Amino acid sequence: MDWFLANTGLVADLAVRHARLSVVPIVLGFLLALPPGVLAWRRRRARGPILAAFGLLYTIPSLALFVLIPPLVGISFLSELNVLIALTVYAVALMVRSVTDALEAVDPAVRSAATALGYSAWGRFWAVDLPLAGPVLLAGLRVVAVSTVSLVTVGVLIGTRSLGYLFTDGLQRGIVAEIVTGIVATLLLAVLFDVLLVALGRLLLPWTGRGATRAGRRVQLTAGGAG
Amino acid sequence: MTLFAEAWAWLTAPEQWSGRATLLDRVGEHLQYTLVALLVSALVAVPIGYLVGHTGRGRQLTVALAGAGRALPSLGLLTVLTLLVGIGEADRAATVVFVVLGVPSVLAGAYAGVENVDGAVTDSARAMGMTPWQVLLRVEAPLGLPLLVGGLRSAALQIVATAVLAAYVGLGGLGIYILRGISLRRYDEMLGGAIAIVALAIVLDAVFALLGYFAVRVASGQGRLSTSTEGHR
Repeated sequence: MDWFLANTGLVADLAVRHARLSVVPIVLGFLLALPPGVLAWRRRRARGPILAAFGLLYTIPSLALFVLIPPLVGISFLSELNVLIALTVYAVALMVRSVTDALEAVDPAVRSAATALGYSAWGRFWAVDLPLAGPVLLAGLRVVAVSTVSLVTVGVLIGTRSLGYLFTDGLQRGIVAEIVTGIVATLLLAVLFDVLLVALGRLLLPWTGRGATRAGRRVQLTAGGAG
Repeated sequence: MTLFAEAWAWLTAPEQWSGRATLLDRVGEHLQYTLVALLVSALVAVPIGYLVGHTGRGRQLTVALAGAGRALPSLGLLTVLTLLVGIGEADRAATVVFVVLGVPSVLAGAYAGVENVDGAVTDSARAMGMTPWQVLLRVEAPLGLPLLVGGLRSAALQIVATAVLAAYVGLGGLGIYILRGISLRRYDEMLGGAIAIVALAIVLDAVFALLGYFAVRVASGQGRLSTSTEGHR
């Protein structure tokens, strides 16, 4: 506690950087996961290969991905963009399956009813399928948010400052309290993102109850994590 | 792309394949950390997961643990435990971290596998006179095997990835190449190491995919048993 009180300025600065580094991959990951997720849902035959390909991306350990991206994209190894791209890749990889699962969880009878009411395929997707897929999408996005916040810390090994800086600096200087501060601050940031997403869900999906859906809970349970 | 050619040259250079601490030795170390930690995680998490799935008590706990496992920054855990036990004992600290990060996935897989078994199936097993232990070991465990293997698969990947970071606290394994490459500014070594890590992760994932395939066969074999009894009606 003493260490934290003596260094609030540093921790706050790192936390803000950390939050900024987390927001971009979460938002971009969600948006970029929609097209492949929808495609995997619409085209049954493409589903297996699409989900397997994104699953494979997720198996790449984070530090290895930080090394692989710069030569592929043509950016500097130490660039902050490197971390943003890598974390977006993970976010998309995690989210695609959630998009497919979420759309799959929409009651087919409702979809037929919408078609019978005269919705076009395009209109039905935006007005019926996507909103009804909301709860499972949200569950998936919460998983993405929490794991992104945690993964940002690894970026410090390639020079991108975040709360992870407290881990390497704490180890080098032998200050346990500094590392513990970093862990607690990272967890709090993850909780903050989670709370914000839940609040956003209440706002955008007011018809869903408090209880998580079964499919949503399964997403929360079984989605993996890459360190 | 020349960088990849250099990385390939590094990967195929003779010093990576003979002498002390070859690439294969590093792969071996990495696999050893992973498998030991996975085994310990399974010994801890499978009984608890089965208990939770069988009794239905403690469900919230597994969901909370799964979330906490994802949120915990692995680098933070590695560094703090290394400081606490001393740099010389980094391997023990790292194994603890691997297990801490592996347990939630295995627990979730074991629990979800048992809990997803159709209630009618366990009811009929009980009606046939099976004891709770028999229901668990002969019905719920085989039917839940695919999800358990899925849990082990994500735990293995999590541990492989964390073992890469463990090079930072002085552990061996493949992460050494990346960290040494970073400090020496040798991109060929960094990239070569990264390629080796990706290859290891993908091979391991494929092994678990294969195990998952066999697990589904075990689970559906159990299903065949029930259809054959149906035929006797």
